[in-house]
Amino acid sequence: MTEKPRLAVFKFASCDGCQLSILNLEDELLALAERVEIANFLEASSRVDAEGPWDVTLVEGSITTAHDAERILDIRERSRVLVTIGACATSGGIQALRNVADVEAWKSIVYPHPEWIRTLATSTAIAEHVRVDHEIQGCPVNKDQVLRVLARLLLGSKPDLPLASVCIECKRRGNACVLVSRGVPCMGPVTRAGCGAICPSLGRDCYGCFGPAADPNPASLIRSFEAAGLSRADAVRRLRHINGWRREFRDVADRLERDA
Amino acid sequence: MTERRTIEVGAIARVEGEGALHLVLEGDRVVDLRLEIYEPPRFFEALARGRRADELPDLMARICGICPVAYQMSAVHAIEAAWGVAIDPGVRALRRLYYAGEWIESHLLHMMFLAAPDFLGLDDAMQIAQRHRNQVERALRLRKLGNRILILLGGRSVNPVGVRIGGFHRIPTRAELRALADELRPARAEAELLLHWFASLPVPSRPQDVELVSLRHASEYPMNEGRIVSSRGIDVAAAEFETAFEEVQVPHSTALHARNRATGTPYLVGPIARVMGNLDHLSPAAAAAHASLAERFASPDPAASVFARGIEVIQAMDDALAVLDADLPPPAEPQAVPRAGIGHAVTEAPRGILYVSLETDAAGDVQRLRIVPPTSQNQAQIEADLRALAPRILAIPEDEGRRLAEAAIRDYDPCISCATHFLTVTVERREPPCEST
Repeated sequence: MTEKPRLAVFKFASCDGCQLSILNLEDELLALAERVEIANFLEASSRVDAEGPWDVTLVEGSITTAHDAERILDIRERSRVLVTIGACATSGGIQALRNVADVEAWKSIVYPHPEWIRTLATSTAIAEHVRVDHEIQGCPVNKDQVLRVLARLLLGSKPDLPLASVCIECKRRGNACVLVSRGVPCMGPVTRAGCGAICPSLGRDCYGCFGPAADPNPASLIRSFEAAGLSRADAVRRLRHINGWRREFRDVADRLERDA
Repeated sequence: MTERRTIEVGAIARVEGEGALHLVLEGDRVVDLRLEIYEPPRFFEALARGRRADELPDLMARICGICPVAYQMSAVHAIEAAWGVAIDPGVRALRRLYYAGEWIESHLLHMMFLAAPDFLGLDDAMQIAQRHRNQVERALRLRKLGNRILILLGGRSVNPVGVRIGGFHRIPTRAELRALADELRPARAEAELLLHWFASLPVPSRPQDVELVSLRHASEYPMNEGRIVSSRGIDVAAAEFETAFEEVQVPHSTALHARNRATGTPYLVGPIARVMGNLDHLSPAAAAAHASLAERFASPDPAASVFARGIEVIQAMDDALAVLDADLPPPAEPQAVPRAGIGHAVTEAPRGILYVSLETDAAGDVQRLRIVPPTSQNQAQIEADLRALAPRILAIPEDEGRRLAEAAIRDYDPCISCATHFLTVTVERREPPCEST
């Protein structure tokens, strides 16, 4: 057998939860470590090859500093296949709420010396900076999805990531629809499948943490929420959430605010 | 001329988040020591303003992928304090079960993945598995049980979605709880075996003269409730946190440091402080585990934190089983009515006390949020520890010195993503010290 494929994992602005999803592969982690060389995974190992190249690079987190905007260019150059994992990397994450706020004011809220903070006014997805080969959405990513994508890439084939909405998974689980039966403003119809419809399965609203499904129609969904009595402010908050900077959600939120 | 040596650890491995260590020694004198946090800020205290308080359990989970439950628990308790929400005994019990799951998951991650490689001179747990596969598999199995608890109550283990103000979105059925108990019951013996294995490893010793701070409850090992007490006489309610502790910016550091407000000295939070301050509330099995390692707890020793975590894994399993065996009736539907109010809460995150203070308006929207995570409270103590360690670092080859310093930092299991929400990331080194509020 030839040399093992080399895997790297990098972190930008994030909570570490998507990297943790790899360590949460309790039953598969040791087997995975036998199939690939974990060449750079700072959270898990002190054996760090910072030079590359790497066959598969997983990137967690969003770009929020000038330094990180440089760092991702370098990582891209050294990566054969680059896969972004999680809402931060694929949409800018919850911290992208700053993109529609006054970051200078935010600095003063959090820090006694805001003038010492070096941060960009925006939090942006990796794909806004470099070419990305595959995006795994979710806050956090589904660990089984990560494993499947790695397995596919190791086999030299293309990942098969879901396109449909959470509703598909919700129906498959046999849940009563919280939106239809109880009028709960559930984001499931516009949110990408992959989580297993966990929120409606617990009887609550999906809040869109897996990001937009393929070709969603959030404008129509929000109209139905408002028709059922949801306030404009709450409607905007539904969209300006963990994946609020994704264009599919952002454009509708902008329009709602403009027309308020 | 005195020899000047610089030890740099560019990126600390096997910790949560992004940090670096910069240490300059002149002779045996430390002329500069900085634990740098370069993790970019995400401004949670700012982005929460104007959000609905009932969104906080989902929003605050995103502070940390390893300890989301801690953020959810401190947040909901603070909101419930602000709104005067009564907590059903069944909810109280299930929250203890839920938090126990996080302690198990987080502690085992630290013990096997982050810390154990240091004791064996290896780089990671995957290397450990080549020599001690059964121990690594045991840790993975136990960790999975912790995650299993989180999944039952929260739907998933990272950023769980089950918590709401006043309770949970879905209460598990009796059958689900009984099945969980059946899985947990035999696991405690495994946790004891794992701790026994750690006790056989050459875990270093580094006793310190430091104030220990933890919660203290009248009758239980502390988790969601209790007063903040210290080994040097602090005894205050959660709402009085800011009267006992303050955050200060010091010129040599890029981080805000918490310290005892009255004495200006660092303090230690986390498993060492909890175990040593609550020996009388350990379960019989956890107390037996402590007794077998008693000499490691004669005085506070951050290097013994891996043992404290091992003891707490046993404690958390017993706590979880106690909840499950009590078989309380399912809690009533939570009644949480938004109102203008101010609330404070302190709970015991895996890494130590986590303070949240917040204010809502009459509609229940967040007007102000303040978070003091455990890692920022331990910052000053980590630096004090490294200063004391400097002569030993000086006496050994540079590579070894770097490893020694890194391992010492890891003893605190620093959670840098958490701490960063209010840590200053880039500071002009020559700025004068100034106090934060």
